[in-house]
Amino acid sequence: MLKQMEGSHAVAEAIALCRPEVICAYPITPQTHIVERLSELVQEGEIGNCQYINVESEFAALSVAIGASAAGARAYTATSSQGLLFMTEAVYNAAGLGLPIVMTIGNRAIGAPINIWNDHSDSMAMRDAGWIQLYAETNQDAIDLHIQAFRLAEQLSVPVMVCEDGFILTHAYERVDMPDRNQVQAYLPPFEPVQILDPEDPVTIGAMVGPEAFAEVRYLSHHKHLQAVEVIPELAAEFAKIFGRDSGGLIQPYRSEDAETVVVALGSVVGTIRDVVDELREDGVSIGAVKVISFRPFPMLALRGALANAKRVIVVEKAFADGLGGIAVGSVRMALRGLTTPIYTIIAGLGGRPITKAALLDAFGAAVRDEIDDPLFLDLNWNVIDTELARAKEKRRSGPIAENVLRDLGLVGGKPV
Amino acid sequence: MAQKIKFYQTGTLTVGNRLLDAENRSVQSTVDRSNSLTSGHRACQGCGEALGARYVVDTAMREADKKLLAVNATGCLEVFSTPYPESSWQVAWMHSLFGNAPAVATGVAAALRAKGRSEVRVLAQGGDGGTVDIGFGCLSGMFERNDDVLYVCYDNEAYMNTGVQRSGSTPATARTATTPTKGGSKGNVFGQGKNAPQIAMAHDIPYVATASVADLHDLENKVTKAMGMHGARYIHVNVPCPLGWGSQPCETVRLARLASETGLFPLFEAEDGIVTSVTKIRRRMPVEDYLRPQRRFAHLFKPKPDVEALAAIQAIADRNIRKYGLLD
Repeated sequence: MLKQMEGSHAVAEAIALCRPEVICAYPITPQTHIVERLSELVQEGEIGNCQYINVESEFAALSVAIGASAAGARAYTATSSQGLLFMTEAVYNAAGLGLPIVMTIGNRAIGAPINIWNDHSDSMAMRDAGWIQLYAETNQDAIDLHIQAFRLAEQLSVPVMVCEDGFILTHAYERVDMPDRNQVQAYLPPFEPVQILDPEDPVTIGAMVGPEAFAEVRYLSHHKHLQAVEVIPELAAEFAKIFGRDSGGLIQPYRSEDAETVVVALGSVVGTIRDVVDELREDGVSIGAVKVISFRPFPMLALRGALANAKRVIVVEKAFADGLGGIAVGSVRMALRGLTTPIYTIIAGLGGRPITKAALLDAFGAAVRDEIDDPLFLDLNWNVIDTELARAKEKRRSGPIAENVLRDLGLVGGKPV
Repeated sequence: MAQKIKFYQTGTLTVGNRLLDAENRSVQSTVDRSNSLTSGHRACQGCGEALGARYVVDTAMREADKKLLAVNATGCLEVFSTPYPESSWQVAWMHSLFGNAPAVATGVAAALRAKGRSEVRVLAQGGDGGTVDIGFGCLSGMFERNDDVLYVCYDNEAYMNTGVQRSGSTPATARTATTPTKGGSKGNVFGQGKNAPQIAMAHDIPYVATASVADLHDLENKVTKAMGMHGARYIHVNVPCPLGWGSQPCETVRLARLASETGLFPLFEAEDGIVTSVTKIRRRMPVEDYLRPQRRFAHLFKPKPDVEALAAIQAIADRNIRKYGLLD
């Protein structure tokens, strides 16, 4: 059914269609509207006997989900940014225990400096926690990926994060095609756990494992991700049959088959990149794009295939590793290992900075000429940086960097002393 | 070890099961006890926690008609019961993290509610570190939501699993690996630490009790009472640790008894935030009798008695006796 609605509410309605049995809620911008809407849906009786638990922290939110999942319930929670970091220990634990929890990440920057706006620093920090990570480009994607996420999680008994850009998607009103209950029921069977706390058949979950078996247990987690590489496209194909649209999968190429330059990116920025690709194509530039939907597991073979004929690759990312450069680019390099294709990194959109078509046109143009800085921090204000570096050089007590920068920009009163 | 086994009377005013009517005998003495924490685990000799947990879980199992799910925080109990590839648990049991056992238990209880399995009950367990320190936020959350969980804290007054470091439950003057007595230092300082049972009571939850491995009938009775209720319930059990306290393994029960008989560890029950019963001290003992057998307090007696510290500890015991009315 076509609806015009806020992204967060669309996700909440999609989650409700998936019939979770336990939802754990803790507020953090920008995911809050999801759990708010879910509380209404539970109250309205839209999700059967679903238990909605208001907890005291994100660490508790995921811990409650861990307990619920181990007791055989379909469990869901959502978080962002600091909240995801606060639950880090439980994030690893859920994956280590092999509990098929689904969690939405409303992607947001990590402080300090505190910042509520979008980038991918939060979910990228959890990229190797053993969870599957799917990135949504649009709110339709977000709906569809959540439905597939429950199926994938429960089929492999592995937790799945669905990452969607905070504000850009969570707070955007756009048209979505909301599936109906029967479609979701046909696609997503009831949760059949592979392990369960059951008084009639008692097992020990979470036993201590030493050097004699730890590597094997960890390898089996790796194996699940290798299986997921096979399963994700199958689930997307099955989804297309029931819901009548292509959604999900590992990657999605756009005009990249014959392209000399291919841009790789995750999430909502792919929409802008498509527009830029179209404009450059009109100018005769041989360029295309590949959207990475599944970042964990990383689609090594699929991406290698999609980039095999490229003469250069540009990775646009909303997170970076200090002193090193991009994060996703490391995985792209792994996919292309043995090839000599130049790979450039553009770091963009940090802390909600808009990624404009104009800036991307310039940057892609420079890359096509092989004249781009690598890594390139898109739209960086070098005046501010040079001023602060000079200040720090001039005197030892140069003060808090964030405040200095805001004063230099005139965003708060007075110049730094 | 020169410990005499006395079948009918332990010599410390407790009565052996055989002198009791059948219906008053302990769960542990019955042949059909569930042995939830079965033999072969790797607890130290004289471990108070293993003793307490055996009584707690078997009683909870009886009260739940064996429909019990147990959640455990990281700690001695978790480590000594589940070293790969063995498990001592004959109850459905899970361990997630050090600081989240109350929240995991909340999740288990929520799942059972969602599935309409109200006959299955939830027990959560942790040591004092997992309970009063790292897990305290989750514990308070579980309390304030009044989730249907019985949480039992086995308090041995320090982080024993990692080698005896100070916790928020370590008593004043106790020597631990992080409150050493070197260089004139007198161990853990006065005026710190938290009273977890009182804080639990401040949540106005249905049931809070303290218990001791020196009175296992009383411990069983409190678990039975707690299991007869719903909502958030908390039992805080004093469990001496020979390793961490520097005491003889055969002294565990005697030290636990002295902790209560001095007034340092009051035994009481509270319902909805109000104290409803206290266990009176039958033979009041000076705190010195409790402190002297423990090497963690050795610096209070050697090279010469620390009169000031001993008086301050006695004052704590005296205040407890007044506060809870522990003497007739």
